[in-house]
Amino acid sequence: MIRIGEKTVQRLLMAAAFSAIGGLLLIALFIFKEGLSFFIETGFRRFLFADVWDPQSGLYGIFPMLVASLWVTLGAMLLGAPLGISVAVFLVEFVPRSVMRVVKPTIELLAGIPSVVYGFIGVMVLAPFIRSTFGGPGLSLLAASFILGVMILPTIISISVDAITAVPASYREGSFALGATRWQTVRMVVLKAARSGIIASVILGMGRAVGETMAVIMVAGNAVKIPHSALDSVRTLTANIALEMGYATGRHREALFATGIVLFVVIMILNTAAGVMVRKRVSGKKG
Amino acid sequence: MEGLYSGETMGPMPVKFSIQQLSTFYGSVQALRSLSMDVATNRILGVIGPAGSGKTSFLRTLNRLNDLLPDFRVEGRVLLDGSDIYGPDTDPVLLRRRIGMVFAMPVPLPMSIYENLVYGPKLTGIRDYQRLGEIVEKSLRAAYLWDEVKDRLNLPALRLSGGQQQRLCLARTLALGPEVILLDEPSSGLDPISTARIEEALAELKSSYTIILVTNNTKQASRVADETAFFLMGELVEIGPTEKIFTAPGDSRTEDYVTGRFG
Repeated sequence: MIRIGEKTVQRLLMAAAFSAIGGLLLIALFIFKEGLSFFIETGFRRFLFADVWDPQSGLYGIFPMLVASLWVTLGAMLLGAPLGISVAVFLVEFVPRSVMRVVKPTIELLAGIPSVVYGFIGVMVLAPFIRSTFGGPGLSLLAASFILGVMILPTIISISVDAITAVPASYREGSFALGATRWQTVRMVVLKAARSGIIASVILGMGRAVGETMAVIMVAGNAVKIPHSALDSVRTLTANIALEMGYATGRHREALFATGIVLFVVIMILNTAAGVMVRKRVSGKKG
Repeated sequence: MEGLYSGETMGPMPVKFSIQQLSTFYGSVQALRSLSMDVATNRILGVIGPAGSGKTSFLRTLNRLNDLLPDFRVEGRVLLDGSDIYGPDTDPVLLRRRIGMVFAMPVPLPMSIYENLVYGPKLTGIRDYQRLGEIVEKSLRAAYLWDEVKDRLNLPALRLSGGQQQRLCLARTLALGPEVILLDEPSSGLDPISTARIEEALAELKSSYTIILVTNNTKQASRVADETAFFLMGELVEIGPTEKIFTAPGDSRTEDYVTGRFG
C-alpha cells in the first residue's frame, strides 16, 4: 500500500519535471521552426548587418536594433556593475551582519517590482529630467540604460553578496594578521577570491538587461536608427518584437521570430558563461 | 636537541609583553579570567592547556585580531615594550605588523607563493623588486622552505602540501619583519617530519624574535619552549621554566595535565 503511494508520488513529480523541461524545449523548437528558414533564406549578414528595417519594402536589417541593444546593455552595465558590486562589498564587509540580514532581502524585493513600474517612473521622472538637462527627446538610449542599470542591481548585488560571503574567513584573518587594513584586505584578497562569482553576477545582470522589454519600450523612444549619441531615441531587439508582432504577417512575422533566435542565442551564451564562472568558483575552492 | 635549551644559560631577558589582569569576553561569555604574566624577549613561551582553556583567545588578544568580532570586549592591560596595545594611541593595523601570527590551519592567500610573501612588505610600502626578492629568499630560508620552492615561486600557494603551506605561512609572517611571532597550534594538522621542520625553524628564530607558541601537544612544548604556561578554563594556572613545569610543577592540576591524567 505504502509502496504504491511512493511510486505514484514519484511518477507525478517526474511528470511535473518533464512537463517543465518539455515546455521549455517546445518553446525553443517553435521559435526556431518559425524563424530559422527566414534566417537561412535572408542570410546571416543581410539580416544581422543590414541597417534598413522596412518591412513594407521587404527590407529586414536588424543592425540598428542590434547596435541599440548593445549600447543600452553596455550603458546599463556601466551603471549597474560598479554600483552593484560596491553595494555588495559594503554590505558584507562594512556593515554588521544583522543589518545585512535586513538590507539584502529588501534589495532582493526590488527584483519583484514589475518592469512596467520602472518604465513608468522612467517616463514620468527620468525622461523629462534628461530632456530639460541635456536636451534631445528625453526618451533615449541614456534613459533606457539608466532604468536598466537600476533594474539589474538586485541581481548583481544578491549574487555578489553570496560570492563575497563565501570567501573563507581564514583569508580575511590571514590578511589582517599580515597588517592589512580592511580595505586592503577587500581589494587584494576578498575581491580576488570572489572574482568568478562576481563576474557571474554581472553576466546574469547583463542577460536581464538584454532581455528586458517593457521598461525599455516605455523609455527608449523606439526610433529605428543607429544612435549617434546617448540622447538619441533607440529601439532594441526586444522592443522591436513586442512593438510589431501585433500586426506582422508572412515574412515580417518570420523576421521577428528570427530576431527572437538572435536574442535566444545571446542569452543562452550569457547564462552558460555565468554557469561556467560559478562552477569555476566551486572547484577553485578545492584546489 | 640540547641547543634548544641554550636560552636558560643566558641571563634574564627584558620583558616584551607584560600582561596585567587581562580578561576577555565574547558577548556575555568570558574567555580569559584575569591573567597576569610577563613574556621575555627572544624566548619561546609555550602555552599548553586542554581545548577551550583560552589559549587561542589569548593569542588573538595579543595582536588584536579579536577586534574583528563584533561582541569582543577586553579588560586589563597588555603592555608591549611598556605601552598598552589597547590604549588610544595604538593603531591595530600597525600593531599587527609588529606581531606576526601563524594560524592552526595553514591559510595561504589565494595567490602565488611569491605574492603571499610580498603581501605584507608591500603593504608597508616596499616597492623595490630587488629588495622584495631579498625578503622573499631570506624568509623562505628561515622557514626551511627555500630549497623546496625556489624554482616555482609563481605556483599558486594552495598547490603546496599542508606542511609546505604552513611553513609558507611562517615565512610570510617573517617577511613582515615582526618583533613577536604568535603561533597557534602550527603543527596540529601536520605529519611528524613537517612538524620537526617547523620546530627546527623556531629554534633558529628565537635569537631574533619573541615567540609565543600555543600547542595542544605537550611534548612539543617540552621540546621547544624555554618557558611554559598552563591554561585551564581561561585561567593561568602556572607559568615557569619549561623544565620545572614538566618535572616539578607547583600545581597539582598542571601535574595531572602534563602527565596525561586528564585533558
